[in-house]
Amino acid sequence: MDELEKSLQARPEQILYANLLEKGMLFGLILVLATYIVYLTGLLKPYIPLEEVPGCWHMSVDKYLDHCRIHAGWAWLGMVGYGDFLNFIGIALLAGITIMCFAAIIPVLWKQNDKLYALFALLEAVILGVAASGILGAGGH
Amino acid sequence: MTRSAKLALIVGACLLAVLLMDHPVLAEAAGAAGQTSSQYPWWLWPVLLFVVTFVMGVAAVLGGGGGGVLFVPIISGFFPFHLDFVRGAGLLVALAGALAAGPGLLKMNLASLRLAMPVALIASTFSIIGAMIGLALPTKYVQIALGVTILGICVLMLTAKKSELPDVPRADRLSSILGIYGVYQEATTGQIIDWKIHRTWQGLVLFVAIGIMAGMFGLGAGWANVPVLNLLMGAPLKISVATSKFLLSITDTSAAWIYMNNGCVIPLIVVPSLVGIMLGSFVGVRLLKVAKPTLVRWIVIGMLVFAGLKALQKGIFG
Repeated sequence: MDELEKSLQARPEQILYANLLEKGMLFGLILVLATYIVYLTGLLKPYIPLEEVPGCWHMSVDKYLDHCRIHAGWAWLGMVGYGDFLNFIGIALLAGITIMCFAAIIPVLWKQNDKLYALFALLEAVILGVAASGILGAGGH
Repeated sequence: MTRSAKLALIVGACLLAVLLMDHPVLAEAAGAAGQTSSQYPWWLWPVLLFVVTFVMGVAAVLGGGGGGVLFVPIISGFFPFHLDFVRGAGLLVALAGALAAGPGLLKMNLASLRLAMPVALIASTFSIIGAMIGLALPTKYVQIALGVTILGICVLMLTAKKSELPDVPRADRLSSILGIYGVYQEATTGQIIDWKIHRTWQGLVLFVAIGIMAGMFGLGAGWANVPVLNLLMGAPLKISVATSKFLLSITDTSAAWIYMNNGCVIPLIVVPSLVGIMLGSFVGVRLLKVAKPTLVRWIVIGMLVFAGLKALQKGIFG
């Protein structure tokens, strides 16, 4: 492969990132669709009956959580036995795949002696991880 | 297209939006949300949402905007959902679109990970802050700010120029230290293009504001990313568009988690929107060959003007 052809190709960490992102995205989307079908068909009983959801979605999130007695954060993990909360698995995977991608390219960048970008990737994974952890609360309305 | 024809199109689109608002279901729903939306069968809403987001997906591709920027103002204006849930869904819609496009763009070396990473660090950090501000502020203030932002986006869409290959005489010091440069082959001409960027710190500072707005309003921020990457920092248009799309997958991830952890995700709203907009984008790409994108672009701008005014009205008058 000559120099020009090589320079036109994406760098190894970029290819690794793209491959992981592709697999995670496809798996996440399939999961989102599959769990939604389970939810709509009633294969798993929803926590909030479908006909009652339109009575809740006009409320602010605080009122909605209070009215439906739902805990925010990762509490949904304990409720995946319900059809509606089952959907959160696919959604969380879609929202989490980027963290995995950044974590995966850290060793590749480090090996290339690209320590600055390895640090960037680590920082990005930490920032997204903190956002995902739920430790950053938000004020209510 | 003449100026008066463009104006007529915007007015026409606004009228269409007004007509839509006059539809009994949507008008009642947008007005007295709680009581009326539960008068209709539950399945009507996901079906309507799917149809509207499908059209939105088509329009987004043909009009040259992202689905994310259309979703929040239009859905919050026409549907009975609280803005908290619309913003949560909007971020997930923009995120899914970016995730779907990202791998291909990275593999083709059109999206640059080296350009995206320093920018993403700033944008994703500030989109977390934006999401926290957006959830802490009273809804009416967010509505007003959203209305102003949407009208600003319309002005940007009407006035911003694009530069295929901006003239960057010399890479600046910061971009040289960060090693932000690349090579790509222009598919239409076969030309090999060496690119580099300048005004890096100025661009990074602007991504503070872009991150905050993306998180606060749940908007995809492609409308802002592209002008900054292309016109200010001097990245070629194709690299800017592709990197912006990929960048959304990072910026929206951080804000989406904040909304998700605060309970702003209702699957009955999120999933039909996500599927509708993705299928619509898929069809839109195929329609590109036969449609007149300029016409659609003006309709999109008209709808956004109306949605921006509607958000302002909701914020000011309740």
